[in-house]
Amino acid sequence: MIEISNVSKTFTLHNQGSAVIQVMDGANLSVAAGECVALTGSSGAGKSTLMRMIYGNYLAASGRILVGDVDVATAEPREIIQLRREVLGYVSQFLRVVPRVATLDVVAEPLLSLGVPAEEAEARARDLLAQLRIPERLWSLSPTTFSGGEQQRVNIARGFAHTYPAMLLDEPTASLDAQNRETVLSLIEEAKSRGAAIIGIFHDEAARDRVCDREINVSDFTPKAAA
Amino acid sequence: MSDYNFAYLDEQTKRMIRRAILKGLAIPGYQVPFASREMPMPYGWGTGGVQVSAATLTPDDQFKVIDQGADDTTNAVSIRKFFERTAGVETTEETAKATVIQTRHRIPEEDLTEDQILVYQVPIPEPLRFLEPSEIETRKMHSLEEYGLMHVKLYEDIARHGAIATAYAYPVKVEGRYVMDPSPIPKFDNPKMEMAAIQLFGAGREQRIYALPPYTKVVSLDFEDFPFEASKADACCDLCGAEDSYLDEVITDDQGGRMFVCSDTDYCRSRREAGHVGALGMAQEDAA
Amino acid sequence: MTPLFQVKGLSKNYGTHIGCRDVNFDLYPGEVMGIVGESGSGKSTLLNCMAGHLTPDAGQVMFDTRAEGMKDTLEMSEPERRMLSRTDWAFVHQHARDGLRMNVSAGGNVGERLMAVGARHYGEIRDTAIDWLDRVEIKESRIDDRPSAFSGGMQQRLQIARNLVTGPRLVFMDEPTGGLDVSVQARLLDLLRSLVREMGLSAIIVTHDLAVVRLLADRLMVMKDGHVVESGLTDQVLDDPQHGYTQLLVSSVLQV
Repeated sequence: MIEISNVSKTFTLHNQGSAVIQVMDGANLSVAAGECVALTGSSGAGKSTLMRMIYGNYLAASGRILVGDVDVATAEPREIIQLRREVLGYVSQFLRVVPRVATLDVVAEPLLSLGVPAEEAEARARDLLAQLRIPERLWSLSPTTFSGGEQQRVNIARGFAHTYPAMLLDEPTASLDAQNRETVLSLIEEAKSRGAAIIGIFHDEAARDRVCDREINVSDFTPKAAA
Repeated sequence: MSDYNFAYLDEQTKRMIRRAILKGLAIPGYQVPFASREMPMPYGWGTGGVQVSAATLTPDDQFKVIDQGADDTTNAVSIRKFFERTAGVETTEETAKATVIQTRHRIPEEDLTEDQILVYQVPIPEPLRFLEPSEIETRKMHSLEEYGLMHVKLYEDIARHGAIATAYAYPVKVEGRYVMDPSPIPKFDNPKMEMAAIQLFGAGREQRIYALPPYTKVVSLDFEDFPFEASKADACCDLCGAEDSYLDEVITDDQGGRMFVCSDTDYCRSRREAGHVGALGMAQEDAA
Repeated sequence: MTPLFQVKGLSKNYGTHIGCRDVNFDLYPGEVMGIVGESGSGKSTLLNCMAGHLTPDAGQVMFDTRAEGMKDTLEMSEPERRMLSRTDWAFVHQHARDGLRMNVSAGGNVGERLMAVGARHYGEIRDTAIDWLDRVEIKESRIDDRPSAFSGGMQQRLQIARNLVTGPRLVFMDEPTGGLDVSVQARLLDLLRSLVREMGLSAIIVTHDLAVVRLLADRLMVMKDGHVVESGLTDQVLDDPQHGYTQLLVSSVLQV
C-alpha cells in the first residue's frame, strides 16, 4: 500500500549563507495493507520529516513515494489533494484548525469534502467524539480554546472520521490519559483489521508494542557524516 | 444681408442633418451623432427639434408646433414665428392639417397619418445616462445589447415605490433591438409610438438624432409580474368631456379648486366644435 | 480530466519594465490557486491579464467554455468576453466600490446579473436576491438599502453575492480581505471557503497575505519581479519552501 524507495531529503537555506543540510538518504520502506509500522529513532533523526514527505507536505529531493498507485514525490498538486481526501489520512502532533469552526464541524469536515451527506457525517463525528470522551457541551465550540489533551483527541477524531486505506499517525497517544490512550489504540487496531496500512511515530513503547508489527529506525537513513 | 436661407440653416448643414436622419431611420432607435449648430435660442429650448424641423421642411409644408400639447405657450409661439419668418411656410394649429409637427413632451391625441412627420424635442437622449454616467460605457452597452441595467432601474422603482414609478420618458425597446428614451412624453403616450407617421428625435445640446420609421414596433420595458400600464389622471376633460385624452390639472383658486383639461389643445377645441361638452364646458373661458 | 483554465506563456510589459513574464499553469475544476508576492511582484498585472482587464503582450488564456470547449479568451470578440464575465466568470475586487453599483440597492446589485441574462420576473429576481443575501449573511431587511450604507465587510460580502448569483465556474479575487478588520476578514474567509466548496468553484486569488492562501488555496504560485519563482501545493510551498525568496517570505511572517 505504501512503498518508499531511495528517498532523500535536503534543506537548502538560501538566506542563511546557502547552508545545505542533508537530512535523509536512501530511505526505503514498505507497508502492506493491515500492517502497522513504527518509525523510531532519536529526536531530530527525521521521523516527522519522512512522514511529512509521504504526505506531500515536504518535497522529497529524490526517490519514489508510492501510496496506492500515486507517486507523491512527482504527482500533480491536485492528485495529492485527491489522495489526501480519499486515501491518505494524517494525524499530526498538533491540531491545526480554521479558527471559529465548531468541533463537530472540524471532525465532520473530511467526510463532507468526500460528499457524504451532512447528517451522516455529523453522526459519525458525534460517535467519535463520544468515544474519545469529549463532553457534548464542547461540540459546538471551537477547539482552539481546549486543553492540549482535548485538542489531541479532536485531532484524532478528525483523523479517523473517514476509513482511509493508508494512515500516518504522529504521536497519537501523547498527552492522553490511560483511558483515552486505550480508546485510540483500539481505533488503530480497528483500522488495521479493516486493511489500512499505517505508519506511526510512538514515543510510548507500550503503545508501540501493542499496535505495531514492525519498527523502522530512520537513523539508518541519516547520511553518513561528511567531513 | 437680411434674408435668411430657407429655414435658417445653410444647405450643407441641412444635408448633414438629413444624412443623420436617414441613418436614424435605417437603424430605428439608434442615437446618431450629428454636428449640432448654434441656434438663435439657448440649449434647453428646443434647438434639436428646431434643427430637425429645419432640415425636414419644404416650402409646401404646413407646420405646427406644440409645447406640452398646447399651441399657444410662449415657446410654441416663438418657434412657430421663427419658421414663419425664416422658411415662409404656412403654419397651423390643427393637427389634421399639419404635415410637419414639432412637439415638446407630448404626442397629439389624434392619430397621425403616413403623410405626416412628428419631430420631438429631446433633452437627454441616453436612456441609461443616470445609471451609467460614462458615455463610452453606454455606447458599448447599446452596441452589445447589454440592457440589464435598464431593468435594474425598473427593479429599483418597484422596490422603492411598489410599482414602476417612471411616469414620463419611459424607456422602450425598438424593433426588439435598441432601448430608446422616447423624450419626456408621459408614459400614457408610449403606445401611440406605434404609428403611421415618421417620428424624428432631435437633441441639440447632446448632439444626437434618432428616428422611428412608420409602423415600427415599440415596446415599453416592464417585468412579467409588473406589466406596463399607460396611465393618466382618473378624470375627464372638464371642457370637452374626453375620457381618453391626457389631462392637465389646473388650479383655479386658492381654496384647492381645480379642473382637468385636455393637454392637447387642438384636440379639445375640435371636440368642443363637434358639440362635446365637459362638466365645466361653455361656462368658462379656456384656462389651458 | 480537462483543465478548466489554462495560462500559457502569459507576458505583459510596461515599456521596458516587466509586468509579468512567461506565466504558465493549468487550473482544474474545484481547485483554488493562490498567487502571492509583494508589491511590484506582478501578481495584479497577471490577474488583470487573465481576467481580461488588461491586454497581455504575449501568451494564451484558455477557458473551457460550455458550448465550444477550450477557447483562447484573448481571441474572443468583445461581446463574447463580456458575456463570459457575466456568466461563467466572476471578479471580486479589493475595494467593494469597484465591484458594486453604489447608487443601486443591495437587491438590485445582486439581481443585475440575472437581469442582464434575461430574467424578467420581479418576484423571482427578488427571491433569488434574498436567498443570496442570506447566504452571505446579510439580513433580508437590508435588501433595499444602498451599499453606501453598509460596512466594509458587508460591502465585500455583497460583492461576492453579486458575483456568484449566476453560478460562475471561475472566480478571480484581488486581495479579497484587504483593508478589512481582522475579525471581519476571518468571517469573510469562512464564507469564501464554504462557498467554494459548496459550489465547486475554481478560484484564483491574488494576495500578499500568506494566512489567506493557507486557508483558501490548494495551490500556490510565488511571484517576484514579474516571474513565478515557485509553485506547488500550498502547504508544501509554505512549510518546505525551496526558492530563496519564498523562504524569505515565509520566515518574515510575524507569529501571533
